[in-house]
Amino acid sequence: MKLLTPGTVPEATAMLRDSGGRAKPIAGATDVFVHWPVRVPADDEIFIDLSGLAELRPHRWTDDELILGALTTYWDVITDPRAAEEFAILVQAARTVGSIQIQTRGTWAGNIANASPAADGVPALMARDAVVELTSAEGVEQVPLDAFYLGYKRFVMKPDQLITAIRLPRRPHHFESFIKVGTRRAQAITKVGVAIAHSDAGWRIVANSMAPTVRRCRALEEALDDQAPLRSPNDFTPLLTRDLAPIDDIRSTAAYRLGVLARVLYHELAPVCGSVGPSGAAS
Amino acid sequence: MASPRRSEGISKLTGRERYVDDLAIDGCWWGMTARSPAPRGRIREIRFGKGVDWSEFVVVDHRDIPGPNEVRLIELDQPVLAADRVRHVHEAVVLVAHPSREMCRRAIREIEIVVDREPPALDFRVTPSPDQIQYADDNVLKHLRIEKGDVERALAGAAHVVEEVYETGAQEHVYLETQGMLAWEDDGVVTVSGSMQCPYYVLNALIHALGRDEKQVRVVQTPTGGGFGGKEDYPSNIALHAALLALKAKHPVKIIYDRGEDLAATTKRHPSLVRHRTGVDSEGRLVAQDIEMILDGGAYVTLSPVVLSRGIIHAAGPYACDNVRIVGRAVMTNSVPFGAFRGFGAPQSLFACERQMDRVARAASLSPAEIRRRNLIRDGQTTSTSQRIDDGTDRLAVLDAALRRSDYDAKREAHRSFNASHPYLRRGMGLASFYHGAGFTGGGEVYLASTQHVAGLPDGRVEVRSASTEIGQGTRTIFATIAASRLGLDESDIVIAEPDTSRVPNSGPTVASRTAMVVGHLLELACDDLRRTLGLPKDAPGDAVRAAIIARLASHPSEELVGKARYKAPPGIQWDEQTYKGDAYGTFAWATYVAEVEVDLRMFETRVIAFDAVQEIGKVLNETLARGQIQGGVVQAIGWALTEDFVWKDGAMANAQLTNYIIPSACDVPPIGVEFLENPYPHGAMGAKGIGELPMDGPAPAICNAVADALGVEPTTIPLTPERLMDLMTEAGVA
Repeated sequence: MKLLTPGTVPEATAMLRDSGGRAKPIAGATDVFVHWPVRVPADDEIFIDLSGLAELRPHRWTDDELILGALTTYWDVITDPRAAEEFAILVQAARTVGSIQIQTRGTWAGNIANASPAADGVPALMARDAVVELTSAEGVEQVPLDAFYLGYKRFVMKPDQLITAIRLPRRPHHFESFIKVGTRRAQAITKVGVAIAHSDAGWRIVANSMAPTVRRCRALEEALDDQAPLRSPNDFTPLLTRDLAPIDDIRSTAAYRLGVLARVLYHELAPVCGSVGPSGAAS
Repeated sequence: MASPRRSEGISKLTGRERYVDDLAIDGCWWGMTARSPAPRGRIREIRFGKGVDWSEFVVVDHRDIPGPNEVRLIELDQPVLAADRVRHVHEAVVLVAHPSREMCRRAIREIEIVVDREPPALDFRVTPSPDQIQYADDNVLKHLRIEKGDVERALAGAAHVVEEVYETGAQEHVYLETQGMLAWEDDGVVTVSGSMQCPYYVLNALIHALGRDEKQVRVVQTPTGGGFGGKEDYPSNIALHAALLALKAKHPVKIIYDRGEDLAATTKRHPSLVRHRTGVDSEGRLVAQDIEMILDGGAYVTLSPVVLSRGIIHAAGPYACDNVRIVGRAVMTNSVPFGAFRGFGAPQSLFACERQMDRVARAASLSPAEIRRRNLIRDGQTTSTSQRIDDGTDRLAVLDAALRRSDYDAKREAHRSFNASHPYLRRGMGLASFYHGAGFTGGGEVYLASTQHVAGLPDGRVEVRSASTEIGQGTRTIFATIAASRLGLDESDIVIAEPDTSRVPNSGPTVASRTAMVVGHLLELACDDLRRTLGLPKDAPGDAVRAAIIARLASHPSEELVGKARYKAPPGIQWDEQTYKGDAYGTFAWATYVAEVEVDLRMFETRVIAFDAVQEIGKVLNETLARGQIQGGVVQAIGWALTEDFVWKDGAMANAQLTNYIIPSACDVPPIGVEFLENPYPHGAMGAKGIGELPMDGPAPAICNAVADALGVEPTTIPLTPERLMDLMTEAGVA
């Protein structure tokens, strides 16, 4: 195993290029250590430690964007009062990640690059129309987060590209909410998760642990934009299955995941959305 | 008065305590284990890959065992290392040692154990097919039966009969410190030092399989980060592995399991299935209890017969009933062996009993509190084994204290209107009344004949020499309190000897809630013996004891000044092992627990929002430690009741990581109110009864009874995961 420690972004991207795409950038390393030492990295594995790239750490506010650096942690966002005001859904999601210790080391960019379908940061970012800035020795590219993933642990980012920023448009929201159904109330991997956001740009419903990638529920978003009547959890199910494909695994079942997502959405949307049926038809 | 502080508390709190993994030994090698990939079969071949240089390693298999290839316990069926066949996934087959731990990991990945598979028995609930038979002619490790009165006749005349089947899952101990052992040979003596509850179990296992006499082996307990039964029998296996490697490598060898290996390979709580058929008269009084209990024993006998014994003895609950039949069997399967776990079969049978009492209450149109009030055993009445209870404890007062403390009636009332108005939250109250017998079952304590020593030291202090271990529960602190109180000394005058079999006598295993009550009482008697040896009267004050010790050792410096005691059964105790009749335990602790839950119908999650635990335990020796035992046990039982689900594949744990085997976090635990009632037990130290296991018994049924109260469905299987509750509500047509 080799650990490279660049001091600047150009150095880091040069290392990525020179490794022929084999090197893996790490920031908080929280995902690397999950399986340590049972699944140790191979002898020839290369890690690029980004923690020395100070310019990637701070997040910035511009007139129309919140820009997270590649090394911005969950904790950085949790502790920014402006984020709590304008991007409450990010703060909500960040607080559900692992433990406080993990929240202070784990980064938003790492959450995107690790590409877990159960990622808790990604749905909130996607619900707020995040754009990922990818930098390589060749140049810079901007990719909307909802076009980033191609399949399980696969994405459009090339092996020589590094996430250098995450850009989030500042936009007033009528409603937003993040729900995590985990196996317990802390230190839990998500069984069913959803980020809900509504602005003049329309509805965003983004689910995690419901498909091979974090995914937008576009059929449901359209139904909500069209104010289609949704009068019980059962009305949500056929819309959800158009975009999602939950599975049985060691943490839960497909039936539970789909049933619970429909119920959670119904109860979240019932009080705020006129087209959703009366809340009395609960269970 | 404030409770005395635990003597090792600060070093544990500040991370200075040195556990076996912290011991740096010059020239120490690491040991690691290659394990069976299959649940059952013949070992055809063991392949050693080319990825490491094998000349650097010491490799041990069954041929390196000097004595019989048997782990000595109740039976001798479990091999130290599998020889020609394996009976469960992760069974130990080959050991390797190397100076580098990382190289050991690589070597283990290079070992391929090729097994010709045979049909495994994986479900203890179904009758095995002929080709799955591996023990006796039916795979049953133990049959047991309790009989009292005429059950069939009583059922025929009952006003209501309720039948139900209950199931409980396996549970992992999740002691903070994983299993670990260090072994070396010095001057012909093999010493094994490590994390354990029972030094003499390990010693006897070493004597047997290493073919040595007791002078050639020595066992020392290191500070132990939790046991809960998981370090009762398994440490014998790992101690033998470390010793075999050390003997062959001619170096000290340390084996420390990492969490995944510990989860996958070591013992668990026995899964159970319990059938109840209960008859009550028109006033809700029990007239018949017909109970069948089946335990999954796993691949070897280990402790299953005695777990089954405690399970069936507790199965009828703390109630008076003239007609009781309990049949039990522990069944062999090709799973990891199930072993001791806090409660030892009683949590399983009491889960079924206390859920069943709520069902019976509904059949008899009584409240859960009233059915218990009418049936709780009164002095002069007998248990299922015909043990006459006459201890003067007011068991109704225990029930009433729990109802009062939890505000049971008012909250139940408030929850009804809350439930009628909230879109998706439902609240409920549940209670469980139960008992737990302390000490070994039946004639077990007489058979153990435990001994306990105290020794005078030249400076006048007194050393407690005991094989009863500190495993986080407070043995050291309690023993100091008991000895100081008996001798009129200060706790700072008492020294607790390291549990080293070359220095301390066999006080029996640290199990069965027996340390404070049984061994603590022996400690009192050993103190009396010391005083007698010093020629002092029984009421001699501490100053006189201290002065006499100093004077005696000054005049006889080469003498050992030791007070001794050996267990004798309290007068009047009768037990018949053949008929399972008589005094199953010297005494019982009595309890009623109340759980308040909130179920979120969006995701079918059950959250315990308040919990109250009221128990009569004889005498509280240390309020802080006793409260800690109760609260810790309740938390462990909340996990067993709600989240700790085993995913099985081929008889092996598929979710052997703490990310996927879900114990409660601090956020999942409610405030736990604890109240003690005291009725001193004359044969326990200072009046104490055992409490270690008690709090494991009540929470699961109380929680499920509260869910039933909240939702109107009847959970019969734990853990009651959200997925399971969704299925239950869907089947009931209320989801």
